[in-house]
Amino acid sequence: MAEDLKKIIIDYVKKEYLEEDSDQEVNENTKLISSGIVDSFSMVSLKMFLEKKFHVKIPDEKATPEAFDSVNNILVLLKEFIKT
Amino acid sequence: MAYSEKAQVFYGGELKSLKSGGLFKEERYIQSPQKANIKVEFPLGAEPKQVINFCANNYLGLSSHPEVVEAARKGLDARGYGMSSVRFICGTQDIHHELEKKLSEFLGTEDTVLFPSCMEANAGLFEVMLDKEDAMISDRLVHASIVDGMRLCKAQLFNYKHSNMAHLEEKLQETQACRFRLIITDGVFSMDGDIAKLDEICDLAEKYDAMVMVDDSHATGFVGKHGKGTHEHCGVMGRIDAITTTLGKALGGAAGGCVSGRKEIVELCRQRARPYLFSNTVPPVVVAASIKVVELISRSTDRRDKLEESTKYFRGKMTKAGFDIKEGMHPIVPIMLYNAQLAQNVARDMYLEGIYVVGFFFPVVPQAQARIRVQISADHEKEHLDKAIAAFTKVGEKYKILGKKKEEIIAMYGM
Repeated sequence: MAEDLKKIIIDYVKKEYLEEDSDQEVNENTKLISSGIVDSFSMVSLKMFLEKKFHVKIPDEKATPEAFDSVNNILVLLKEFIKT
Repeated sequence: MAYSEKAQVFYGGELKSLKSGGLFKEERYIQSPQKANIKVEFPLGAEPKQVINFCANNYLGLSSHPEVVEAARKGLDARGYGMSSVRFICGTQDIHHELEKKLSEFLGTEDTVLFPSCMEANAGLFEVMLDKEDAMISDRLVHASIVDGMRLCKAQLFNYKHSNMAHLEEKLQETQACRFRLIITDGVFSMDGDIAKLDEICDLAEKYDAMVMVDDSHATGFVGKHGKGTHEHCGVMGRIDAITTTLGKALGGAAGGCVSGRKEIVELCRQRARPYLFSNTVPPVVVAASIKVVELISRSTDRRDKLEESTKYFRGKMTKAGFDIKEGMHPIVPIMLYNAQLAQNVARDMYLEGIYVVGFFFPVVPQAQARIRVQISADHEKEHLDKAIAAFTKVGEKYKILGKKKEEIIAMYGM
C-alpha cells in the first residue's frame, strides 16, 4: 500500500513540476520544497491532488512546507488522514 | 514593555540568519539622479564612485529626462504637492482622468484606472474579478505581487509550468466546471526576460472560454513595434481582458500603476478594489510627468528603437565574448553563472570596474540558475555598452568562464 502511494506521488511530482526533458531524479527522500522543485506557491496543486486522489481533507495548518518537503514526509502526513 | 526581550531576540536571530544565509539586502546610496551615469556611496561611508548603471528598470531612459522633469515641475506648480485623500473622496484631479484616458489610448484598451503602484493593482484586481466559484490559472513564474494578489482572492488557484501551453490546456480542462476562469501571466518575466506566448494563451482562452490577465510591467513603453507592450508584440491587441502595468519602470520610473482593459472590469476596480479605495491618490506631480511620458512615447518610437538596437548590440557582443546568455530580444539580459558565490564575486568585481550590476541567486531564481541580470536602457550610449562589455570580458577572463557552458561552469564552481 505504502509503495503504491509512494509511486503515485512521485509520478505526480515528476509530471506536474518537472519539465519533460528534465533529468532530475525524484525519490521518496528528495527535497521538494527546500530544493525549489515545488515552490510554496505551487504547493497548492500538490495539496489539491492529494486531497482528490486519496479522498481526504488536509487542513491548511497541516499543509506546511515541512510536511510537503519530501514524498516520505507526505506519506507521514497522509497516514493521519487516510482511513485504513 | 510590550516589545519584550523574547521578541527582540527572535527578530535579531532572523536578521542574523538572513546575513549568514547571504540573503541580507544592503542598500547603496545614490547621490545623483537616476540615469546611465550615477554616483554611488557603497559601502556606507565610502568615497562616492561614478559608475554606469546596468540594473535599473529605466528602459527608456525617461527617469531624469529634461521634458519629464519640467512637466513634473509645472505639475507641482499647477496642481500642488499632495491631495491628502483617496481618489473617491477628494483625490481625483482633472489630470488623473487625463492620464487614465491617455493610457487607454496608448495601450489600446477601453478604460484605465490608476493605482498607487502595480503591486497594488495586482493586489486588488483578482478579488474584484473572481469569487470562490471561479478559478485563477497562473504561470508558475509570475511576479510576487501577483502571487500576493491571488492569495487575497477566494477563487481556486491552479498554476501551470512556465510558458507550457500543454500544461495550461490541462488546467483549463480540469477547471471546466468553474463559473469564470482567468489565465494570469506576466507579459515579460523579470528574471529571464522571456516573453509570454500571448497568442497561444489567447487561442486557448477562446477555446475554453477563459479570460486573460497580463502584468506588463517589464514591457509597457518599449515591447512591440510602437512600445504598447506584449499584447502588441504578440499580435493580440484587443484580446487581453485586463492588463496591469507600472509607471515605475520605463514610464518615468517614479511611482504608480494601473489596471487597463475591459471597461466593466476597470469600473468595478474603481468601485471595489481595496488597495484603490483605501490608499492615497497618485501624487499630482507624478501624474503630470506621466502625461508627458505618454505623450513622448506616443509621438515617437525613437527611444524604444534605440533600446532595441542597443540590446541587440550588447547581446551579440557578449555572446561573441563567450558569455552564456539566455537568448531573447528583451533588454533584460541574464548572464548565466549558475553558482551563487560566483555571481556575487562577478557583480563585486564589475562594480570595481565601474559597472553597477547585481547578482541573483536562489531563492530569487531556481537553484543552480545564479546569474547577473543586466538591464539595458535607452539612456546608454554605445560607449557605455562597450565599457560594460570590456569590463565583463576582463572579469570573465579572471574567472575563466568565457566560452564555457553550464556544465563546465558548474564543474569549476559547483552549483
